[in-house]
Amino acid sequence: MSAFPAPPLVDIRDLSVSFPQHDGVVQAVRGVTLHVDTGESIGIVGESGSGKSVSCMAVLRLLRSPPARIEATALSLGGVDMISADNRQIADTRGRVAAMIFQDPMTAFDPVFTIGQQIVETIRVHRAVSKAEARSEAQTLLTRVEIRNPASILDSFPHQLSGGMLQRAMIAMALSCRPQILFADEPTTALDVTVQAQILQLIKQLQAEFGMGLIMVTHDLGVVAETVDRVVVMYGGKVMEQAPVQDIFDSPAHPYTRALLASMPGQGGGRQRLIEIPGASPNPANPPTGCPFHPRCTLADAQCAAAMPAMSQTGPSRQAACWKLA
Amino acid sequence: MTAALELRGLCKSYPLRDPNGWLPRYRELRVVRDVDLTVESNSIVGLVGESGSGKTTTGMMALRLTEPTAGRILVGGQDITRMEAAALKPFRAKMQVVFQDSYSALDPMFTLAQIVAEPLHVHGRGSAREQTETALDWLERVGLHRSYGSRYPHELSGGQRQRVAIARALVLRPDVLIADEPTSALDVSVKAQIINLLQDLQAEMGLSILFISHDLSVVRSLTDKVAVMFNGRIVEEAATEDIFIRPQHPYTRSLLDAIPVLNPRDRRDRVFRSREDLEADIPRLSAVATGLPPAPTPRLIPHGPGHRYEALVQ
Repeated sequence: MSAFPAPPLVDIRDLSVSFPQHDGVVQAVRGVTLHVDTGESIGIVGESGSGKSVSCMAVLRLLRSPPARIEATALSLGGVDMISADNRQIADTRGRVAAMIFQDPMTAFDPVFTIGQQIVETIRVHRAVSKAEARSEAQTLLTRVEIRNPASILDSFPHQLSGGMLQRAMIAMALSCRPQILFADEPTTALDVTVQAQILQLIKQLQAEFGMGLIMVTHDLGVVAETVDRVVVMYGGKVMEQAPVQDIFDSPAHPYTRALLASMPGQGGGRQRLIEIPGASPNPANPPTGCPFHPRCTLADAQCAAAMPAMSQTGPSRQAACWKLA
Repeated sequence: MTAALELRGLCKSYPLRDPNGWLPRYRELRVVRDVDLTVESNSIVGLVGESGSGKTTTGMMALRLTEPTAGRILVGGQDITRMEAAALKPFRAKMQVVFQDSYSALDPMFTLAQIVAEPLHVHGRGSAREQTETALDWLERVGLHRSYGSRYPHELSGGQRQRVAIARALVLRPDVLIADEPTSALDVSVKAQIINLLQDLQAEMGLSILFISHDLSVVRSLTDKVAVMFNGRIVEEAATEDIFIRPQHPYTRSLLDAIPVLNPRDRRDRVFRSREDLEADIPRLSAVATGLPPAPTPRLIPHGPGHRYEALVQ
């Protein structure tokens, strides 16, 4: 038995997700392969429509299917095959193995129940404890996410709290079943810059403390630079590049990654034009042939328009999919 | 040279509701307090601060879309604070606005040509045919093909819609543009396109822009001068690089410290200060610096050319 290495916490191989529409098919994810090991933190970076959120929702089985069509050669969470799992197994895996926090905490909480009722409910769905025990645990959790007056927050309704406070409460709720991995989908996009920095630091601390895996879904390379070990860059439903975070910033291999990094504002001093990526993201209902980035890529030629390159090794623990790799 | 836009002692308060008469006396929420801000001609000024700091209210007052409680607004040296609608109309043409959410800012029933031509129509510039022609020219100028003139807002991406909003704002050739978080809802690659478009048009037209944002990285790349708002007041103002390199006010420092790093190598543990702590800091600063008794009102004090920050000094 010991000859087999431990399976990855998250194992996604060749995942495709599409949504049939009345006038065609929206191909949101087109052959994504990625994995997360125990305790590892990865960032999935991409723009709107790149398929980053849909990939996460597919592995958590949060997409209603049908209409969503999900195909993969492997789609597992904590060793559970999420394609063949029944509803019971899916629900159990979501609490025990994985938890998710969303961009807009105001809509993620139910407005008619108090924060306390919602955290207590989550705990009691997954574990056989009394209401009183669950409530005292909820209070401890709120303390862990650095909420100073946990008792009064438990009795508050979502609309009474600020965005930052709600996101803390959301993280407390996500941690309530001690998940092995936390999916964070743009958790700080709706927050002020000072609150964002606090929430990111909190997530990092808790991740280290609990030995938890982390998938940080974001369009902001700054968030990635702050929080994760490894980066997966997505574009047009496909993975363009993946590499350890320092490598991505020091020696991006894919032209899209390079263009994204170059376009980050705030580099260097003084007023200046930014380096922009011309054109617009591909339409998922009608993606370009070949490499999805080729219409916007300065290096693209006929080969790029004809066929999608395979992922190739660009370093010891990094890959990229591009015909023009040096 | 006359400044394009000057705000002098601008205040906005809202009375706090007290239907039962329980409050001992009239109370009000002071959203903007005594704001002095000059947008020099042909320059881009950043107004930064977190949600609730009063930066949007300040912009809306400058446009006379929100009436100030006190203070004065000068456009090209002319006081428009109390102007009646008819007298104000020519000044409306000189000041335009671009909002954060381009979707709700464009009428879904209008074609893009109609949207961009509407300001010309409202201000009676040229014949209907000329108005449409100018509108199509502007669509082209902001990077959309003329054929887009017959399309509707829902057919466009967020970045394209923001281009239309910019065309509509500039079609009257205003002197001042108030841009309220115009890039916050956009993707990274599109954000750079819109920032560059604003830079180019500003230079070509000699436009003055008040750029309201909480994105400090964008502000650093785009603006000539920055004013930082906190609790309804401007707590620091300086040339952009001066603010980023030599921030003086504790709130400015905490804001700059929160900017995500540009490279993972620069990761660090941050020490965060609570709002109460920050608010308590100014009197403490002054007590240390001057030994004066506490409680005078803080004032903006100069710190080198063009740089001022709020502190308690006499």
